[in-house]
Amino acid sequence: MEEGAPPGGAPRHRPHDDTEQRAHDGAPTGAPRRRGLGARLLRPRTRVDWFLTVIRVAVLIVLVVGFAAFIAQEIDPDNPFARWANPDATGLTGPQFRGLVISGIAQGSMYGLIALGYSMVYGVLGFINFAHGEVFMVGAMTGMITSNKLADAGLWESNFIGSLVFIVVVSIIVSSLTAVIMERVAYRPLRGSPRLIPLITSIGVSFFLQNASVVLLGPASKSYPDVPDWVKAKHTFLQIEGAKILVIVVAALSMAALWYYVDRTKTGKAMRAVAEDAEIAALMGIDVNRTIVKVFAVGGAMAGMAGILWGILFRSVIHTTGFLPGIKAFSAAVVGGIGHLGGAMAGGLSIGVAESVGPLLILEPLGVSGVSQLRDAVAFSMLIIVLLVKPAGLFGERLPAEDRA
Amino acid sequence: MTKRVRKLLALLFVPALIATACTGSDRPEAGALGVVEVESGSAVQVRSLNAITGDVAFFGLPLERSVVLAIEDYGPIHGFEVDLGTGLDDLCSNDGGQAAAQIIVADEDVLGVIGTSCSGAAVAAAPLITDAGMVLISGGNTSPALTSDLAGTAGENYNVGYYRTAHNDLFQGAAMAKFVFGELGLTTAAAIHDGDPYTQGLAQAFADAFEAEGGTVTGFTAVNKEDTDMVPVLTEIAAGSPEALFFPIFQPAGDFVADQAPGVSGLENTVLLAADGLLNTNYLALSQTAGMYFSGPDTRFGENVNQSTGKTAQDFLAAYEERWGEAPAAPFWAHGYDATTLLLDAIAAASYLDGDTLVVDRQGIRDHLNSVEGYSGLIGTINCDDFGDCGAARITVVQNIGGEENAEASMDNVVFSFAP
Repeated sequence: MEEGAPPGGAPRHRPHDDTEQRAHDGAPTGAPRRRGLGARLLRPRTRVDWFLTVIRVAVLIVLVVGFAAFIAQEIDPDNPFARWANPDATGLTGPQFRGLVISGIAQGSMYGLIALGYSMVYGVLGFINFAHGEVFMVGAMTGMITSNKLADAGLWESNFIGSLVFIVVVSIIVSSLTAVIMERVAYRPLRGSPRLIPLITSIGVSFFLQNASVVLLGPASKSYPDVPDWVKAKHTFLQIEGAKILVIVVAALSMAALWYYVDRTKTGKAMRAVAEDAEIAALMGIDVNRTIVKVFAVGGAMAGMAGILWGILFRSVIHTTGFLPGIKAFSAAVVGGIGHLGGAMAGGLSIGVAESVGPLLILEPLGVSGVSQLRDAVAFSMLIIVLLVKPAGLFGERLPAEDRA
Repeated sequence: MTKRVRKLLALLFVPALIATACTGSDRPEAGALGVVEVESGSAVQVRSLNAITGDVAFFGLPLERSVVLAIEDYGPIHGFEVDLGTGLDDLCSNDGGQAAAQIIVADEDVLGVIGTSCSGAAVAAAPLITDAGMVLISGGNTSPALTSDLAGTAGENYNVGYYRTAHNDLFQGAAMAKFVFGELGLTTAAAIHDGDPYTQGLAQAFADAFEAEGGTVTGFTAVNKEDTDMVPVLTEIAAGSPEALFFPIFQPAGDFVADQAPGVSGLENTVLLAADGLLNTNYLALSQTAGMYFSGPDTRFGENVNQSTGKTAQDFLAAYEERWGEAPAAPFWAHGYDATTLLLDAIAAASYLDGDTLVVDRQGIRDHLNSVEGYSGLIGTINCDDFGDCGAARITVVQNIGGEENAEASMDNVVFSFAP
């Protein structure tokens, strides 16, 4: 594998041919495409191009005006520009803004951890495993059961860190197992079929896991036991709650461990080889099935870890917990460039921060009402905006037509 | 081909001809909505439509069970058993209410429905059910939009044929506003809803009443029901530095608001207030809700007796506990019980025996309910106004003592009572 290729990713063939590039941009075939901004502006344009340009410009105007109005109202809420944009503008204080960013980063690191699973499976098998959000939910549920048992035994209060490590281990085992069984039962029999088929199967698996959780644990939301005060309290360091520091640090460590595993170990090399070309990898003596199982296990472990972090941060879990974070994590994987691990983490962080900060930073200064209800809209707009500018995602590489899902 | 079609048409027409030939005996004139005939051996059909699964099942299940117990306590109507069928689920949502209502109206023998639990479900279910000539009596809906503004103007979702024994939230909003402004002495407050008609109506009622008291509303905004990270919405609220924050929403969103509010800069000392949607033992047991205030219906029913069954609240609770092995997790069971006995009374009053057949006049049911006055129920004396509001308007505010072991006791820890 060449140096600098995305770890565990699916670079496949880089499109060097121009026809491919043009087909992607919706331009008519004809003269060879020249590179460079000037050339791009001069080349024949279709209505689709114009439409996309109009949307890009509109988005840019909204972002710039919204941000300018925010800056104006931060300088002085009575500033005529801020007043013009939103007559009720109040502005945010420093600690409030910091709180928003930190909460976005904490939320985003969980999206990132889940996104890794989407990205790895896509890299190796080329389909989207929509049941991955449910693996995350299984992790959170396992953590809930284990931590409540520990709390009943009195260990949760007396030895919080030890208990935490224990529930992380249990939850990683259970969610990895869930992912592996899922692969064995639902996806392996479909290996080699058109990729739409495992995709739809994964939606079925997702419903199965959600409903299994309702049958086993009931439909009500369930809470984690209370965490110690030092986890809840704000720490002098940047005035961040302990739980959020914990989430960010653990997510960073998990990411580093995963990077080491995929980039520096032999198994990781095998994963990358299978991602590159499963047939040739098999010819080289790599056990493809085993490697795919490992990919599912590692993805499941990351989701299980995210589940525990979710439990520590929000202390409440329900059978639908995996759905929205799953969809957002999938968006994060796409934003970062699907198949690219660093991209998945970056995508998660950017979506988390965007949905946390966006409503109050861009929309509220523009006078939009009920901005907090629009956070999901902001998160998914982020996806659209990134795809408008970089269709392959922030770190992704363009795939030839026959490799696109 | 044509022969077959003709045969089929003939088969369809014959029963229709027989049916027409058989009507026309001398009976009292049927009301505008027609009659339902219950033949000997059949049962009078009513339905329950409550939130019996999901996050709000704690609220809908006691309502459904109260219907079951009320029908058993009431006994037969003119010798005819009452059949509740299978309890339907309103899912506490517009879609759920609509889907269940369509199932109900497909059965033309149904006379009345006890439900819904959630106002959001009633918005969709009430038009369908009332258009079919049935009545819908709710023990749980409180949104002002479903009845009236109490000043003679119908709410935007009012339907003739809709009734409720639960209070109108204009009372609850006023009670909370009086408590915050008068009792706690706070002059600035903010409110959060989740877009549901119940939460939005109540948050608005509180905001209006608080301003009428002389206070200032510093923020009024909404969350999504599925949100978990409440820091952005709380930051939006914190920008106005309110002394009190009222969030009449549901679980699980309510868990996150109470948990994350103290961590948001500017809300560290804000008093947290919620309403009957969160007033349940499960929520009160959470550590972050210690010290919070909750408004809700006055559940001190004392020695009130339901005049149709002769039962008191104690009798009901004893029967409930024996049957389901637990106490009701949330208030409104008494409202569901009274709603059911009102419906059964109305059916009894609007029906007569024609030989072996019980004939029930649909308009008669509504006429009876419209004229209910001085009815003694578990919740107190029930009078129905022109827009279907039949509830007692007594509201209490309770404070959570804190701790899982005190959750039951906190439900009765009344710190303020309100009656208009």
